[in-house]
Amino acid sequence: MTRYVLFAALGIAALAAPFQVYPILLMTILCFVVFAASFNLLLGFAGLLCFGHAMFFGTAAYIAGWLLKNTAITIELAFLAATLAMAVLGYLVGLISARRGGIQFAMITFAIAQFIYFLLLRAPFTGGEDGMQGIPRSALFGVINVSSSFTLYYLILAITVLAIAAVYRIVHSPFGEVLRAIRDNEARVDSLGFNPVQFKILAITLSAGLAGLAGAMKATVFQIATLHDVSWHVSGTIIFMTLLGGLGTLAGPVVGAALVVVLHDYLAHFGEWALIIQGSVFLAVILFMRQGIVGAAKALYRRVVVRS
Amino acid sequence: MFDHITIQLLMGQLLIGLINGSFYAMLALGLAIIFGLMHVVNFAHGALYMLGAFVALILLNSFGVPYWGALMIAPIVVGAFGIVMERLILKPIQELDHLYSLLATFAAVLIIEGLMRLQFGASGLPYRSPLPGGVNLGFMFLPWYRAWVLVFSLIVCVAVWYLIEKTKLGAYLRAANERSEIVESFGINVPLMKSLTYGLGVALAALGGVLAAPIYQVSPSMGSNLMIVIFAVVVIGGMGSIIGAILTGYLIGIVEGLTKVFYPEGSHLAIFVIMILALILRPQGLFSAAEKSR
Repeated sequence: MTRYVLFAALGIAALAAPFQVYPILLMTILCFVVFAASFNLLLGFAGLLCFGHAMFFGTAAYIAGWLLKNTAITIELAFLAATLAMAVLGYLVGLISARRGGIQFAMITFAIAQFIYFLLLRAPFTGGEDGMQGIPRSALFGVINVSSSFTLYYLILAITVLAIAAVYRIVHSPFGEVLRAIRDNEARVDSLGFNPVQFKILAITLSAGLAGLAGAMKATVFQIATLHDVSWHVSGTIIFMTLLGGLGTLAGPVVGAALVVVLHDYLAHFGEWALIIQGSVFLAVILFMRQGIVGAAKALYRRVVVRS
Repeated sequence: MFDHITIQLLMGQLLIGLINGSFYAMLALGLAIIFGLMHVVNFAHGALYMLGAFVALILLNSFGVPYWGALMIAPIVVGAFGIVMERLILKPIQELDHLYSLLATFAAVLIIEGLMRLQFGASGLPYRSPLPGGVNLGFMFLPWYRAWVLVFSLIVCVAVWYLIEKTKLGAYLRAANERSEIVESFGINVPLMKSLTYGLGVALAALGGVLAAPIYQVSPSMGSNLMIVIFAVVVIGGMGSIIGAILTGYLIGIVEGLTKVFYPEGSHLAIFVIMILALILRPQGLFSAAEKSR
């Protein structure tokens, strides 16, 4: 019961938010919610730390941006194309890296992400250090105008809700069960006749596609795609968001993304301190609160309920 | 199409590649020691290398300590800092999944780099070469300082390899990290051994930083740029393989130099192409066959 009240309140708040808050900030949060959810799918449920997740996010921004700038494609098709392209990239990354577990997977994905970074730095269409600018917000389905930030917000919100619902379905499907089993005991899953590598590759593919969707959305929100979105700083930020919110929980990425985006926005005036504070909070979370905010809240709730 | 290639260009780039390779080898070696013995992927390795360079710069500018003094002092100072770091942020999480130690050192990078940028700004600061002049080799001009780096780093790599693999202290270090309960029952201080392992790896990074200061400019981001290559080197060489790290470091430096001759645009990509090929063809690492398999 309380759960439905909570959902309804959250829904009303999300619909009313752009009347009160700067829509660009809200859309940034939503993009990172989807991005963090995609990362959480890998680390939280499959136990795979992708240390270069920004490669999907940033590359998708370039792909969507290029399509919107140079073709007459509608906005939803640009999103779809970027998502599919990143799913393919994710599949390839999975082929190379999924056989290696734990820490090796992290280092390999980190190095592949840097490879992609240098490719994009050299590629003629990305605009190099300047980035790709002036990405248009083409009409939705070719008819609905989403060029104002206010209307675009509702499109981004709708896609975010769908994406979170998709993650929910994936996690609560038999496939999700197998993923969690691989995370907890890979050898046992193997002995039961499932091929863990194939499940991991599929998980990476799905996660990459979702991260690509997030990046494509961000390209239309800021109307610019930059190398920064492919850099290891962004890969690190997304880990921070997911961990801060709570690994392996559905609400975690939402809470983490919202908090970190607002924190970044607030700290933007403090220059170098922003990085130092982010690093310190990150370290504190790793040392003292690995279950994250949502995990801690759940534990607290359980303790209170059990006591009373 | 290779008309522009002369023997001067080829030999020159080969030498530059070897010098870059010296840095790759020294840093990858430290990373491999820390990973091979403690199972910690030290993402802060580049930041500690940067700290080494800055300690040398501060020693020179504020205390008048010359390069040769800094070469001794900086690794000790930064190594001690590393030991403090190990006690504060790595020891509390050593029983957990190794992913957490990677993330903890990553967070440390944000803090260290941020603080250095706050203090010294983002731009590079020059460090005067302690060995001005050079020698004309016929095909190129070799500055004395670069020759010194080449020779010295090779000596350091061999010495550290000998220390870890052939001496009693090295055996203690390896044993303390592999079978800590048994080693502890012999009366050996295991936590001290772990701190020493990390301190040694960090001191190597700092030594690399001091060596790099006169060649590259000293800047807060010098470490993270190098770190990216070092990660690829360690993946190619086989994680935790000490000899693999050294050889791959030099190899990658040479390959990078040669691609600068034949295909300048691709010199940065070459490393990653090799990495991806190595992962597909020899997933256990190029040199890991020589090591005992775990």
